[in-house]
Amino acid sequence: MVDLWSGLVQAFWLVATLDSELVEIAMRSLRVSLSALGIASIIAMPLAALLAVKRFRWRRFVIAVLNALMGLPPVVVGLVVYVFLSRSGPLGVFGLLFTPTAMVIAQVIIVVPLIASISHQALRDLWEEYHDLLISLNVTQWQKIHTLLWDARRALLTAALAGFGRAIGEVGAIMVVGGNIDHATRVLTTAIALETGKGDFALALALGFVLIALAISVSLTIHWLSRTEREAKW
Amino acid sequence: MGVVLALALGSAAQAADVMKMAVTTSFHNSGLADVLLPEIQTDLDLEVQLLVVGTGQALKLGRAGDVDAILVHSRAAEEAFVEEGFGTHRREIMYNDFVVIGPASDPAQIGTAESAVDSLQKIAAVEATFVSRGDDSGTHKKELNLWGNAGLDAEGFGKWYNAVGAGMGAALNTAAGMDAYILSDRASWLNFGNKGDLALLYSGDPVLFNQYAFLPVNPERHGHVKNDLAMKLEGWLTSDKAKGLIDTYKIGGETLFVFNAAQVQAVAAQ
Repeated sequence: MVDLWSGLVQAFWLVATLDSELVEIAMRSLRVSLSALGIASIIAMPLAALLAVKRFRWRRFVIAVLNALMGLPPVVVGLVVYVFLSRSGPLGVFGLLFTPTAMVIAQVIIVVPLIASISHQALRDLWEEYHDLLISLNVTQWQKIHTLLWDARRALLTAALAGFGRAIGEVGAIMVVGGNIDHATRVLTTAIALETGKGDFALALALGFVLIALAISVSLTIHWLSRTEREAKW
Repeated sequence: MGVVLALALGSAAQAADVMKMAVTTSFHNSGLADVLLPEIQTDLDLEVQLLVVGTGQALKLGRAGDVDAILVHSRAAEEAFVEEGFGTHRREIMYNDFVVIGPASDPAQIGTAESAVDSLQKIAAVEATFVSRGDDSGTHKKELNLWGNAGLDAEGFGKWYNAVGAGMGAALNTAAGMDAYILSDRASWLNFGNKGDLALLYSGDPVLFNQYAFLPVNPERHGHVKNDLAMKLEGWLTSDKAKGLIDTYKIGGETLFVFNAAQVQAVAAQ
């Protein structure tokens, strides 16, 4: 309990004094996870819409697999990405291992199934409503997807935030592919793991509180920017 | 796409030269790196990026060519690494020592042990709770080696022997929670923040000395490794300046490392 309290105090001072190292790793955390979120959303949301409007033989199987992959163990994703990016792996020539780019790649893989599954759930319900109308208007597949994505944007926002939450709090994969290198690939979660290893629980907790605060402020900012929960708008 | 991503993320390094070196957790936990790296940066204009892993993983990264050099402490594994052609040579840099940590009440009475082996035999005799790294690290290999010397086989131990499969810090955390005995390097122990009821109970036997060696990854195996930078770093690590910094590095008034690099390059450059 002493650690918890001194962690809170330390977190306050780290933020209040804008500790340069804290700012550096917090910004890196944001940059990596927001990049991963952006790329993953671009892949996952159209994929979810396509799965909602298109009927094909393996549809149920693809959806089931996507749902199951929400539980992908990050360490395993990290190891697979490591094997591919390692100098002795197939993509080794790019020299991407132990760079923020490698961390983004790993997080994209972890987050895509999550965003796609949650988005698909929302889009499927909406499609039920829109189906007859859109079919009678005889619109193209692309127009259907476009309409669904736009009209379900609130639900997609929730999917994106869930994805962001998983990405920013993730440690197993980025530890393996990023290597937790000081001033290069150290982010909040890997720094927390490091301080825990050193037995400095107070500092580890302080970083943890900063991480939680960061996640909350990103969520609030996105909600504010997209003007949700306003009067006369549900 | 990778190139575009790398540019978009602006991950370019600032220093003129950048190299990657895998080091063991015990070396990093000592805090010595924080003293040496800034000096290396000023003297050589070289940014050394550290990957802090166990010895097993460090050797693995070297084998795959994912780092330019490694600094580890497990002689047999290092020699095999060089013999298989993954490293150009092995250069001893310095040593520190292992210590036996345990509950301050010392139920196995190892405070009066005559040797490191004797201390382990005492722990096994009363089956006092013991935490082992169990992660194939240099420290873990040393511990198994010591059990072997004591004529005991760690495989056959009962419930009192806990192989946690974790780094030094995490293993010390576990030992603190269980009030258990554990073999640690001195540096990690001194820098460890969550000592609880644990205390340093036995140290000083020469078999506990822990030799660190520097191994550049062989550029013949992996054409992309920065062998020239690794050699520059080796030159600096074996210099008089490094000797001074290493020998005078202290935590809580205790010296941690003894510099013992042969200061004439023993292995001819290729």
